[in-house]
Amino acid sequence: MIDQEVLLKSAFNGNRRELSRLLTHLEKGMKLNLPEDAPPRKSTVLGITGPPGVGKSTLIGRIINYWKLKNQNVAVLAIDPSSPRSGGALLGDRVRMDSADSGDLVFVRSLSTGGQPGGISSSLISMIDLLSYCGWENIIIETVGAGQSEIKIVAFADKILLIDGPDRGDIIQAEKAGIIELADVVVINKSDLPGSAKAAESIRSSLSFGDIKSSPEVILVSADKNDGVEEMMNLIENCDSPDWRERIKIKERLISLWDSRLLASPELNRIIGNLQTGSISLDDALDELAR
Amino acid sequence: MKIVMAKPGLDGHDRGAKVIARSLRDGGHEVVYTGLRRTPEEISRIVMDEDANALGLSTLSGAHDVLVPRICELLRETGMDHVMVFLGGIIPDRDHENMFSNGVRAIFGPGSRTDEILSFLDEASSRADSGAPIGVAGEDGWRWN
Repeated sequence: MIDQEVLLKSAFNGNRRELSRLLTHLEKGMKLNLPEDAPPRKSTVLGITGPPGVGKSTLIGRIINYWKLKNQNVAVLAIDPSSPRSGGALLGDRVRMDSADSGDLVFVRSLSTGGQPGGISSSLISMIDLLSYCGWENIIIETVGAGQSEIKIVAFADKILLIDGPDRGDIIQAEKAGIIELADVVVINKSDLPGSAKAAESIRSSLSFGDIKSSPEVILVSADKNDGVEEMMNLIENCDSPDWRERIKIKERLISLWDSRLLASPELNRIIGNLQTGSISLDDALDELAR
Repeated sequence: MKIVMAKPGLDGHDRGAKVIARSLRDGGHEVVYTGLRRTPEEISRIVMDEDANALGLSTLSGAHDVLVPRICELLRETGMDHVMVFLGGIIPDRDHENMFSNGVRAIFGPGSRTDEILSFLDEASSRADSGAPIGVAGEDGWRWN
């Protein structure tokens, strides 16, 4: 058994090694017990999502530098999928965050989706609470967005940045999944490449069909050339997330915790087996799981 | 195991490290790749932040004599005695003893098979499970080769 209280105290006092160990325990499913007199969470959680290869990690490297220059600290939780076949994972986001390893103001942790039976969702909330308790002002959560999984970022982030590149067409997929309405800022990265202005324009125009007041800002950025990052950060730091976001956030948290409870259920395998042989119906299975 | 794969120092070739990272993933391990040209200080910080159990170092530059002992020393200084270090790349035979005496547990040169590396990690895990030291500060001198 580990003594959570001792580790917490040490992590709170700035011991990075103990903070890191606590995160591992939370990742494996330990419940976080913060002291009762712990102050309410002050950190801002920035969710960053978008299709593979649009430059999320490179841009995060720039955001880290932006905060570092203002002498603010930042912790990054970079989430990558684990292989469904081997259960292993290759976590390579650090390669492109060249500012990530540079000092006491930056903490980067790579996480795989398959670390525990219920998935990463149920431990993510306590990881954020822990980082916040230990004094990390800015927290970034990076996920690969490929359809439905993106929406879960709403459950954890206070502000959401959706990234796409020029001429990819993935933004249409994002629109289908509903994430674009939830984004605070839409970034078209690689603005130094041809087609980026056109991509930004087509997103702006498709957003203009909806409710203008709640549409996200669309901005062109080149993470590689460090162009437009300052403006992007001003937009993010000054935007007010709409009230209905809080409601969606709570709903998404509920759904993801429900999912993890379902996946962690000891009965799950037996029930799947029964479904496969046809001895019970899907409705029966749900009733049984909810019991 | 959670493994950090790192390329220390001025060495721009990482095909080998990437092949190993990939095969360790396929063997069910969680692998964090650092990218090229990391300093010993950066590498030990990454191992700490990721709370990894093992560190794989790949070097082809000939600077292993300086870099590897420094990294092992930093791990010990920062309370990461339990981290297991293994090495790959171009490490001449005459340098092996020095690497092992600094805390390295295995060296995989050109021609090594990826399944041998996986077997090494399996044995290391079961030793760790039974409480035997496999880390960079371990006393018992167990090594793979």
